[in-house]
This record gives sequence, structure tokens and C-alpha cells, in this order.
Amino acid sequence: MESKKNSLHDPTKNLHYRKQILEVLRATKRGHIGPALSIVDIVSTLYDHVLQYDANNPTWSERDRFILSKGHGCLALYVVLAAKGFFAEDELWRVSDENAMLGGHPEYGLTPGIEASTGSLGHGLSIGVGMALAARMDKKKYRTYVLLGDGECNEGAIWEAALSAAQHKLSNLIVLVDSNKMQCNTFTAEILNMEPLSAKWQSFGFVVKEVDGHSKTELLDAIGSIPEANDKPTVVICHTIKGKGVPEAENNPAWHHKSRLKDEDIEQLLASMEV
Amino acid sequence: MRKACLEAVAELADQDDRVVFIGSDISNRNIEGFYTRHPDRFFMEGVSEQHLIGMMTGLALSGKIPYLNTIATFATRRCFEQLVIDAGLHKQPIRIIGSGGGGVYAPLGPTHIAMDDIAIMRTIPNMSIIAPSDAEEMKQLMPQTLNMPGPLYIRLAKGGDPVLYRNEEHECVLTKAIKLRHGTDVVLIGTGITSKLALEAAEDLEQQGISCSVLHYHTLKPFDVDGLIAELNTVKAVLTIEEHSCIGGLGSIVAEAISSANLDRLIKFIKLAMPDELLDNYGSQHFLMQRNGITKTNIIKQILLLLKEHG
Repeated sequence: MESKKNSLHDPTKNLHYRKQILEVLRATKRGHIGPALSIVDIVSTLYDHVLQYDANNPTWSERDRFILSKGHGCLALYVVLAAKGFFAEDELWRVSDENAMLGGHPEYGLTPGIEASTGSLGHGLSIGVGMALAARMDKKKYRTYVLLGDGECNEGAIWEAALSAAQHKLSNLIVLVDSNKMQCNTFTAEILNMEPLSAKWQSFGFVVKEVDGHSKTELLDAIGSIPEANDKPTVVICHTIKGKGVPEAENNPAWHHKSRLKDEDIEQLLASMEV
Repeated sequence: MRKACLEAVAELADQDDRVVFIGSDISNRNIEGFYTRHPDRFFMEGVSEQHLIGMMTGLALSGKIPYLNTIATFATRRCFEQLVIDAGLHKQPIRIIGSGGGGVYAPLGPTHIAMDDIAIMRTIPNMSIIAPSDAEEMKQLMPQTLNMPGPLYIRLAKGGDPVLYRNEEHECVLTKAIKLRHGTDVVLIGTGITSKLALEAAEDLEQQGISCSVLHYHTLKPFDVDGLIAELNTVKAVLTIEEHSCIGGLGSIVAEAISSANLDRLIKFIKLAMPDELLDNYGSQHFLMQRNGITKTNIIKQILLLLKEHG
């Protein structure tokens, strides 16, 4: 069982995860690369230092729940789950293949460690509210973490769920927003401006924290202080860079789901990556 | 019927700690029992159907069996994607009690008239659907819903609906059609309150020398195909009658079942249903049904016409 006591600090680990995401692209010619790269540090930090889980018993009743509501970022989750032993690493090279264990979006019941099927935006937070409510009814100590995209916050259902989380005073619910300032087509400010995002969450009744979503230290400091109020849910706005770690993909709208790349292009991208 | 249904939910909660009640800003009438006995499992939520289906799925993934009650149109149309992806894809035991199935809310107009709820819900894989005929049948069915796998839609009628059969006459088992009457010329098929119309029409037709079987489908999905096919050996015609659109409801289900059954002879088929329209005539449920031929008289008329034409 991994626990918060894990103090592993390996600056090359997240580089490895990012390179694996490109290797999945090379093997399968598919994937939302930019949206996965922006959350690698968040997901890695959660599974290294925050979440309580047992990879050999993924349905352990006391586990913390993690829902990747922005399901299209699933490659980041898959590489971390594989590294933690939820399934064999070989599964990564078969993503979306016929009868694969791993698909283009996370599937509950098909992939060990996936708590909810996502892919259509705006669903994960409501499911998370239900899980957090159940934990409180059952006097369980587990927490529910839901990772949203900032583009996903366009969806009205997110705000229905936010109102409900605050109404129920779900201090055991932690929302993380991957605020990479971009969505499928281009920058969020140009499509549907969500700013001021922090003020929105605050006015919906959340404790709001803002961090550099690529800084493990900032993520851990913020999450470590939760709950600051025992009658409010918390949101951590994680400022990130879409495509983080692959210079050509960073802040580049073409990389939302770019997949037609030659092997030599991928070699060049891999070579351009640094710790 | 709503009273019988919600009181049954409270009784299920008495027996089973997993049962949770969720309302979407609805009247407290008929749910006081649940609230009084199990306030910690009673949630009166906001007008947010999309969120509630997701929240119920999260509760169910955590071991709960949530029962939701709100108006049928809002519980089916507004949150369709949540019903497909949250409820259907996760195969979780959430129960959706839709008040005012059919034309119950006729006076309130097209936003509240649920003539498409069965069609909507039956396209969702893993979703089951029941439409009981009256409060007595509801009392028989509700205890059986507790451990039914996957999500379930419960269509409520108006209330005060005439009792279709006595409990000692027929055993009421989820997923099994009830054969109310045996005949050899025609099979009349109803669901919810229209089975009563079929039964009354069959009695009148008997007087005119036409022998009718009557099947009542309280469960529309999964559909008891065997119960239907077993009745088709001798009959010349099948008639379905429903308080629902002509698209996607009982008549469609029966037609699909017959077309898949590889019968070795042709059988005439009549579907009595509501038109493919958003009904804006107001009036009462009774008025809508009369206006659109969902009546005992029309069943008799259609059967006589058909047998006259085709012998």
C-alpha cells in the first residue's frame, strides 16, 4: 500500500512518465497528448504522496477515490497507474486496440484503479459528490479527489455539482482544476472566458487554493492544509502549461489531440525533453 | 400510486441501510415517513437533475441504493447523458421514480407531459423500466426493485387508478408479463393504466363472439418476449394500447419482438398510441386519451373493423 509516508523524490520520474506518453503515441497513433502532459505532475504527486490505495486490491473500501473528470487526459493516469502496479506496463502500448484494457478515455470496471468512466465532460464532479456524501454517511475517512479541466468548467453540470458540494459541506471533497488556459480549439479566454475562476469557486462556497500545478512542493503544501474549514469543500486551482515538457507542444493548440506523427518526429520530440 | 411507491421506499429503508431517498425540490407530501424515520438518508436537493443522476451514481458506487423522485419529463429528458453514461455505463442500482408518466400533467402543457419517457429510457443499455397499473401492483413490485441489478425507471400514473387485478388472482413478478385473460382470436396488450382498458374491451368483445387474450406488461424492459410469443399461436391479430408516443413505446417494443420471432405466419398488428407531437391541447389526462383514441371504445372499434376486413 502506498501512503503519504512515501518520500520518494525523483526528478526524472515525471520526465519518464512524459516520455512514456509519447511512446504510447508512437505505438498507437492516438491520444490527447497536450491535455495529458499538463496533469502529469498533479497525478504523479497524488499517487506518490497523497492518495491511500492498494494497487493489489484496487477496490479496497478505505481507499481514497480519484476521478479524472477530464477523461481525455487519461494517458497521464495510465502511465502512473502502470508504474504503481495496477496493471502491466505492456497494456500501455495497446491503448484503444481491439479488446484493450485501456481506452481513449477511462473506463470503470475495465481498468483497475479507475473509479468512474469519464470522457464526456462535466460528469466526474457529481459522481465525486456522491462518493464524498457516502463517505460521510458511513463515517469513513477516505477522501474524494476530482481532477477537472478548466475548459471542462464550461459545462453547467460542474456548477450544479459545485453548489451541491457546498450545500452538503463536503470538506472531504477536493477538486483540482487543471488550469492550462486552453481548450480543444484554442485559449479558453477566446472560447468562453472562465475568469475570474478562483472568484467563481469561492462564490460557490469553496475554499480556494492556487498553486503551480507543476510544483510538487506547492501541490503538497496546498493539499496538506486541507481541510482548512470543516464545513467547506476545497478547490485547488493548478496553474499548468498544456503540453508541459515537450517544447513544441507547450501552449500549442494543435497538440490537443495531435496524433499523426512519424517515428522520427517522435524521436526529435523525445530528444527535446529535459528534466 | 405515488403514495404507495414512496411509502414502499421508506419501508425498504427500514429494512436496508443502503436505501437513500433523493428529491429534486419536490413536495414533501407522501415522503414524510422516510424523512421522519431516516433523516440521515433523506436528501431534498435542488433543481439540478443532471447533477443528481451523477451524485446518485457516486452514492451507488459507494454501496448505496438511491431512489430519486421528480417529474417524469425532468428525470428523463433533462439528464439524458447522465442516465446513459453515469447510470447505464456504470451499471449502478439507481432508481428513478418519474411522477406523471403519460398525460397526467396535461393541464401544464408540453414541458410536463411525458409521452416519450419510455422511448427515451429504453434506448439506454442496462436500464430497466416498469410502469405499474395501480397502487396495489406498485406495492407488489417495489420490494422487488431493491436488489434489481442496474438502473431502473419507475413510471408513476396519476394516482387513484382503478385496480387491475386482485393479488390472489395473479402473481406479480418483475420482468414477467401477467396474462389477465385467455382468448383465441386476438391478443390485447397494455402497460400501466391502459391494461385496464384492454381488459374491459376484451369483456365487451367476448359478448360479440370475439375471444381475446389480455397481457399486462408492468415491466417494459427487460421485455418478457416469451410471454408474448406464447400467445401468438392461434390469434389473428395483436393490438397494443399505451399512454405514450407512437414512437418507441409499448407498440414499438411488441412490433420489434414479433419481427424478431420468426413466426411462420402473418399476424395483423394494431398500435394505439399518442401521435408524434408535443401535445399542447391542455385539458385533462382523460381528455388527451379520449382525443387520441386511447379508449376502450376505440379498441373495440379497431378490432371489429380489422376482423370484418380480414375475417
